[in-house]
Amino acid sequence: MDFWAWLILITKVLAIFVLFALGAIPLVLLERWVLGRMQSRYGPHRVGWRGSLQSAADGLKLGIKEDMIPGKSDKGVYWFAPVMMVMPAMAAWAIVPFGPEVEMGRTIGLWVADLNVGILFFLAMGSLGVYGVVMSGWSSNSKYAHLGALRSSAQVISYELVMGLAVLAVIIYAGSLSLIDIVNAQAGLWFIVPQLIGFLLFVFAAVAETNRAPFDLPEAESELVAGFHVEYSGMRWAFFFMAEYANMLLMAALVATLFLGGWNGWTIPGLEALTGVIWFLLKVSLFMFGFFLLRATQPRFRYDQLMNFCWKILIPIGVVNLLIAAGLRMAWS
Amino acid sequence: MTVRRPGLANRMADNLETTVAFWYLAIAAVGAGALMLVARNPVHSAISLVIVIFHVAGLFVILGAGFLAVAQIAIYAGAIVVLFLFTLMMLDMRRLPEERVTHRQIWLGIPLGILLAIEGVVVSVGTPEISASIKGTFPPATVSELGGSTQALAVSLFNEFTLPFLGASVLLTAATIGAIVLARRVEAHEQADYPQAAEASSPDDTPAEPGPAEPVLEESAR
Repeated sequence: MDFWAWLILITKVLAIFVLFALGAIPLVLLERWVLGRMQSRYGPHRVGWRGSLQSAADGLKLGIKEDMIPGKSDKGVYWFAPVMMVMPAMAAWAIVPFGPEVEMGRTIGLWVADLNVGILFFLAMGSLGVYGVVMSGWSSNSKYAHLGALRSSAQVISYELVMGLAVLAVIIYAGSLSLIDIVNAQAGLWFIVPQLIGFLLFVFAAVAETNRAPFDLPEAESELVAGFHVEYSGMRWAFFFMAEYANMLLMAALVATLFLGGWNGWTIPGLEALTGVIWFLLKVSLFMFGFFLLRATQPRFRYDQLMNFCWKILIPIGVVNLLIAAGLRMAWS
Repeated sequence: MTVRRPGLANRMADNLETTVAFWYLAIAAVGAGALMLVARNPVHSAISLVIVIFHVAGLFVILGAGFLAVAQIAIYAGAIVVLFLFTLMMLDMRRLPEERVTHRQIWLGIPLGILLAIEGVVVSVGTPEISASIKGTFPPATVSELGGSTQALAVSLFNEFTLPFLGASVLLTAATIGAIVLARRVEAHEQADYPQAAEASSPDDTPAEPGPAEPVLEESAR
């Protein structure tokens, strides 16, 4: 690789990092505004114009707060758990295609890496995410954190299967594991049309994997206080928060890429790259809004309902859907 | 005429990035492996094992086997070690005796380890001829002809090894169903059908009156 290739790569990585580090601030604000509207109250409205600096102020507060470590915790694991939470969430962003290739002296793809096993890389990083939860829950040496971690690991491992089954059906249609190829395969028809069932399965699994309402049992505030991260404070707690929002964004980006055609949409000739990125961001925003609406409207599942829903309903549907997709694909070719 | 070594040695000779990455990954993997063996706390051992798996996956990436690397992380780190940790978290650590680092097996382990190390040295740096003769059925030319390591694996798995692959699938399915059956508690309304099973389970688990049904799938989810 020459100097410019290195420079472009480092710029892309830094862009992802900034998105990750600062993305939570506007998203938290938007979520609180949406929740406020849904519940007939103002939401944040004191700091800045209509409360627009509220979450920036919260972030500042977390940054200067004392970092407490429980006395009987396992210090090393306690220290490492937020890192394990953040690292996979960030690494998975490397494969997300934001838009088509751009010609600027040389051809630059609007993604960090086009892996030929891209979608499997996403699933692998998703399965690593559970370590942050398990390690924080165990090392805190606290009952609530421990229960939250146990719930979360069972939940994430179960719903990973649903997500894998939904993704497999898409792979069968696209004929490739690379996300760029999957987006290009949707130039004519978005995969949500032939794979509506797969799309619904993926959305359920995405909400469960990110531990969001109505699947937020690991941190159920009414029974477990805050679940696995109850003992954390200050910047370390902020890491868990950032990882949650980065994971939500990642899931929204993956839904847009796998089922809604990624950057595909109507374009203005000459501005394909710009319109592509706008289309992608619109689709991602739609799903982020969906996450907020779900939280505002749906009550939390009970634990046995959660497991029954996954193992008795979603997984059988996923297997049948996969068989039908494979059969249709065989019939076409 | 110089015989060029296949695989890693060849790639490392070609560029600096690979060399740096290799030495980092190799040292970190061996270090974490040693940590796994000497850690007294089983949870620390499990976490070290994850670090080993992660770095070995990195070595697979250097070798151009992306599918293998990702499968390694998804299956070993993402599923198997998580279940180890899950089980360890259920145990009360204070009641476990402090495990000794060395056992009597060390006297068998040391000679075997030395033998393995000698074999490794002979194969990797001994003579280029030996290492050239042991490449697999998929030399780099064949892999690129098939379109990548993922395709090469698929061709191998679904042509040459179809029967073992299906056999392993059937065996694993049977084992899963067996585990569910064994882990399942006998419910009150089933006692009449299986009287001997009801005796085997402890009296606390089976209320005499037909109570609300236990959520069975919680067991299988573990």
